[in-house]
Amino acid sequence: MALRTDAKPTLETQPLEVNLGPQHPSTHGVFRMMVSLDGETIVKLKPVFGYLHRNHEQIAEDITYIASFPFTDRLDYFCAMSNNLGLAIAIEKLADVTVAERGEYLRVIMAELTRLVNHTAVTGFLLNDMGAFGTPLLYAFREREKILDLFEAASGSRMMCNYIRPGGVREDVPDGWLKRAKEIVDRYPTFLDEFEALLTKNEIIRQRTQRVGVLSKELAISAGVTGPMLRASGVNYDIRKVDGYSFYSRFSFKVPLGSIGDVYDRYSVRILEMRQSVQILQQAFKQIPDTGPAISPKGVALVKAPRTFRPPKGDAYGRIESPKGELGFYLVSDGSPQPYRYHVRAPSFVNLTILEDMCLGCKVADAVIILGSVDIVMGEVDR
Amino acid sequence: MLMIIGSGVLKGLGVTLKTFLETYPWGRAMLRVLGIAKTDGLVTIQYPDEKQEHSERFRYFPFLVYDGTPDNLRCVACRICEQECPPQCIHIVVAKDEQGRPLKANGRTLPKQFDIDISICMSCRICVDVCPFDAIEMDNQYELSGYDRAGEMYFTKEKLLKSADYFKSIKPTEAAVVDQRLAAKKKKETPG
Repeated sequence: MALRTDAKPTLETQPLEVNLGPQHPSTHGVFRMMVSLDGETIVKLKPVFGYLHRNHEQIAEDITYIASFPFTDRLDYFCAMSNNLGLAIAIEKLADVTVAERGEYLRVIMAELTRLVNHTAVTGFLLNDMGAFGTPLLYAFREREKILDLFEAASGSRMMCNYIRPGGVREDVPDGWLKRAKEIVDRYPTFLDEFEALLTKNEIIRQRTQRVGVLSKELAISAGVTGPMLRASGVNYDIRKVDGYSFYSRFSFKVPLGSIGDVYDRYSVRILEMRQSVQILQQAFKQIPDTGPAISPKGVALVKAPRTFRPPKGDAYGRIESPKGELGFYLVSDGSPQPYRYHVRAPSFVNLTILEDMCLGCKVADAVIILGSVDIVMGEVDR
Repeated sequence: MLMIIGSGVLKGLGVTLKTFLETYPWGRAMLRVLGIAKTDGLVTIQYPDEKQEHSERFRYFPFLVYDGTPDNLRCVACRICEQECPPQCIHIVVAKDEQGRPLKANGRTLPKQFDIDISICMSCRICVDVCPFDAIEMDNQYELSGYDRAGEMYFTKEKLLKSADYFKSIKPTEAAVVDQRLAAKKKKETPG
């Protein structure tokens, strides 16, 4: 019997609604995507978050400025050092705290090491989302572990560092730490070469990532997307260059840019950024003064007696280029030891809002890797 | 440019093979002979049998320091740490006599009760930073577990007290700095 091709469909169809998450390994935490599917194609996607809300901003208004630092570690738990740095810079702006020179270099070193940790881990997780279970992720974690050991030697904790303070760092690094750090950083490009040999030219990865989840330049700018995601779309915007906060104006480094803003571009931008971070670190190891305090006198007073610290009335917005994008802390002071208002501009949260526009028209399996390429940490999204 | 299909996949498998070889002594020797870059060898630590060496600054939960005998503790129950603790896990009761005045020994007040709820403590080290008497320090004991939160995870004064010698044994560098500071303070206090 011949097939009738001119027949109209007699079956009524309706979009299938699927909940990805909140407890799902591909959602990087407790995050839910309500997806409407036509076959396997996404026609609607609604991100649902708030499952990990911990009331960080409200709690911070009831405690001293310094007491908020351990809570910022838990915002983006991959980048505790950057989060500390963001709040420290906001407090320094609010109260005109000067920073010790050696302390400032140590802060740059810590922030760049954090960038290495974050980008290595997120690339590993992206591969995990693509179905390469375990292997690339474990290679990434092997390298991450070395840097976490460095963090432990300096601050006492691997992930919840609580190390950077207004005016410098809490305590100077132990003897021989810089030498050890330099060895690890010098070997990092070798690992990156190996990692790229495994991934960059792999046909499966190219097929899965190229021209998937494209984010146009215009849309990225109007949505307020920042960080590697924005740069992957071809916008040259790096707060390290724009603001030149800390000592970043003293280092020479390039800002890698992508061309079309697909998942592959985001992956490549992160890899290239790691290479630039290595360069910044090597310059910092050369420039850092051997002696001198790691924290300024005002900073010491702040650490020892947090309740005596009463910044003048006013407000300040301190921002840094965290590995995920623009991390900002907005503080309003009413002259008391506690902030009157405390707000976090979390890059993961803002970058996540554009998820639906990137996913429309893609398949379900692509939604998972698009989410992976956004690089979110739910601790920061929900705060 | 001619691209051989599958070359990327083969290259990736090569990396996996190299990492596999690294884990064996004969494999490492082979890689050395072939002149392939320096390797890490086996990186896994067989945890319960074999423990990772922690750095000196590694911190876990705080403990109270005493000099010599447990009666001679450094804490004077000033309650600064209780006030500054971000998750509010320290509870202090000052020792008082019948009239309600603070009890004193060697000219210092004492804590009657000093409890840390370590199921809430987040090991941030702020209590150590703010203590003006260096009476509280961070421990590095991490294998703590119990059947309930209220009993075993609620550390009372007796459980928290540890000697200054113990502190010196786990953190020699930090203890030396603290001792120096305390000696300087004592010199200042004693007249002449």
